Amino acid sequence: MRFQLTDDQRALRAGVRELLTARFGRERLRAAMDAAETPELDRGLWRELGTAGFFSLRLPEAAGGVGLGLPEAVLAFEEAGRVLLPGPLIATHLAAGVVPGAATGETVVTVVDGGGVVEWLGAADVVRGDAAGAVPMRSADPLTPLHRVAGPDSGDRTDVLLTSLLSAAEQLGTAARVCELAAQHARTREQFGRPIGAFQAVQQLCAGILVRVELARAAVYAAAVTADPADIAAARLLADEAAVRGARDCLQVHGGMGFTWESDVHLHLKRAWVRARRPGSVTECEEVLAETLLSEAR
Amino acid sequence: MDLSDTPQEVEFRARLREWLGKALPSLPTKPSPDDWPGRRAYDLGWQRTLYDAGYGDVHWGADPAVRMIFLEETEKAGAPYVGANFVGLLHAGPTIAAEGTGEQRARWLPPVLRGEEVWCQGFSEPDAGSDLAALRTRARRDGDDYVVSGSKIWTSHAEVADWCELLVRTDPDAPKHRGITWLAMPMDAPGITVRPLRTLAGTDEFAEVFLDEVRVPVANRVGEENDGWRVTMVTLSFERGTAFVGEVVACRRVLGELALAARENGRWDDPVLRRRLGRLNAEFRALWRLTQWNVSEASEGVPGVGGSVFKLRYSHARQELYEAAAEVLGEGGAALDLEQPWVLDRLSSLSYTIAAGTSQIQHSIVAERVLGLPKGR
Ligand SMILES: Cc1cc2nc3c(=O)[nH]c(=O)nc-3n(C[C@H](O)[C@H](O)[C@H](O)COP(=O)(O)OP(=O)(O)OC[C@H]3O[C@@H](n4cnc5c(N)ncnc54)[C@H](O)[C@@H]3O)c2cc1C
Repeated sequence: MRFQLTDDQRALRAGVRELLTARFGRERLRAAMDAAETPELDRGLWRELGTAGFFSLRLPEAAGGVGLGLPEAVLAFEEAGRVLLPGPLIATHLAAGVVPGAATGETVVTVVDGGGVVEWLGAADVVRGDAAGAVPMRSADPLTPLHRVAGPDSGDRTDVLLTSLLSAAEQLGTAARVCELAAQHARTREQFGRPIGAFQAVQQLCAGILVRVELARAAVYAAAVTADPADIAAARLLADEAAVRGARDCLQVHGGMGFTWESDVHLHLKRAWVRARRPGSVTECEEVLAETLLSEAR
Repeated sequence: MDLSDTPQEVEFRARLREWLGKALPSLPTKPSPDDWPGRRAYDLGWQRTLYDAGYGDVHWGADPAVRMIFLEETEKAGAPYVGANFVGLLHAGPTIAAEGTGEQRARWLPPVLRGEEVWCQGFSEPDAGSDLAALRTRARRDGDDYVVSGSKIWTSHAEVADWCELLVRTDPDAPKHRGITWLAMPMDAPGITVRPLRTLAGTDEFAEVFLDEVRVPVANRVGEENDGWRVTMVTLSFERGTAFVGEVVACRRVLGELALAARENGRWDDPVLRRRLGRLNAEFRALWRLTQWNVSEASEGVPGVGGSVFKLRYSHARQELYEAAAEVLGEGGAALDLEQPWVLDRLSSLSYTIAAGTSQIQHSIVAERVLGLPKGR
């Protein structure tokens, strides 16, 4: 057992972070959300992600892919989550090798999942599942357009599991990022003549965020290694918790500033909410884990 | 990221399993929780058995992955845990291994490994709990001895211990962190009085220890005089970092037992309870993964602050586990019957957010040392 990143995995993570910082830094994020009432997908960036291997990461080299595994995919999606990279990333990634052009970033793919919602329907070239009669919503997340649909999900359990895992990876990225934002603010904002991070109530909020991040990280990475449904369910539960509660506590640490449009904290919270409702709900995960208790104890 | 066993680990696991299958049936019956001499003999006997089979130093071995396998397999097989050897094996011993002289290691470590000597921890005092560095037990130098006077409290296993890892103040004029020294005190020295304290679970798990002019040889000092706070940090990182690892495996077993019991008595049909157990399963699976992560990270030497992160979440999870157990026992008052399984565990779980540094203190440690927030205390 050596449950740490390998040198190659560290290099991959650094590479993805570098690409995303260069191509989707904070200004781009803010520009994207102020650009239009309904956000547009940046096709140029999408193709660049394709060229970098983001979508073809797990395709075998013989099929033109990068030939890596789930742990590497999880690291890449964690980075995407950190910077709130927009678009139907998971659906397109899962379509690589199945839908022509998905792997290279030429084709944008979205999916109708069981929850009655489709992300990025307007921007997608290909929709997996039945999106007939979709009705647009006023999305709470300014960077994720949403439609409501009545149709059933695509019915592919493997896809549901992998969506759950990669979604958990994105949540982990958000959780780690809001932890940094909270700590940064706590170190610099002063009240009563000292940094607010010297107050124990603030320390407690920040430490709580970190503990949830570290637990979620261990669960998400382990699930990527085993791909076991119960491990994925655990990863999903803990990562959703780490992201949603982390963003809320981070908002609290920011005080009035946290309640503004200008701050990034609400973007993390809203995206965390979008991801938390993807298929493999809390109830489902908890039931899977309960059932596993019985089957493993017998 | 590799969670699989290496060929050596596969072999170690198989050999251990086979040995446990043979060794466990001939184990004596477990003594009652009130029978301290019996418990001491039982716990030391088990350590001796491990030692004879070549597993005595598994907690200290160079390879932490092997230790994880050991903990997993012994727990699954229902083998005893460290018991009264807790301090000796899991924090005093490792501290001496890391900070002691060759002579000190040769004197104190083998008897711990062979199951001959029990250690206890004399850190806390009536007026020095969370603020441990405020400790006042005084040690004055007299020739080749320190002469120690003061009192310690909450000392677990004091009644049956041979040695005590003791913190004393050697320089009352220095700033509080700089006048402390770490000593190994023989518990049979004249001037030591142990007065057992009854815990809320009704057992004498810990004690007050009064020290009246107790002579401790200077040769028993680990680290330099007045450098004891640094040594203490080493001890606490072992205590918080690695000492609780085995219990996570035990908690996972208990969780499985709760699920079976709930199915047996019909409580399983309650989706709220079922989902609560499911969430606890996520929690303990993740805690085990976090342990594997931390252990791989600190693959040698002293565990880092990861221990505080783990301890915070684990102590809380353990309490939630036994709250859920009370729920499983149902509405007929079973959860109030001390004869029922898990009821005493529910009581003793209450100490987990207090002992080895309270949750409040752990939060500040994480905030300051991991997140770099300014010191608040
Ligand atoms: C079962 C058990 C076994 C133990 N075994 C041993 C042993 O073998 N050897 C040994 O030396 N000790 C032992 N202890 C002692 C343990 O380490 C102390 O109880 C613990 O450190 C807390 O100290 P205290 O009890 O004095 O509480 P206090 O420090 O008085 O704390 C009381 C409350 O105030 C809070 N508090 C205190 N200071 C702060 C602060 N700065 N910020 C925020 N909150 C604060 C605490 O979190 C707590 O909620 C044991 C304790 C228990 C319960």
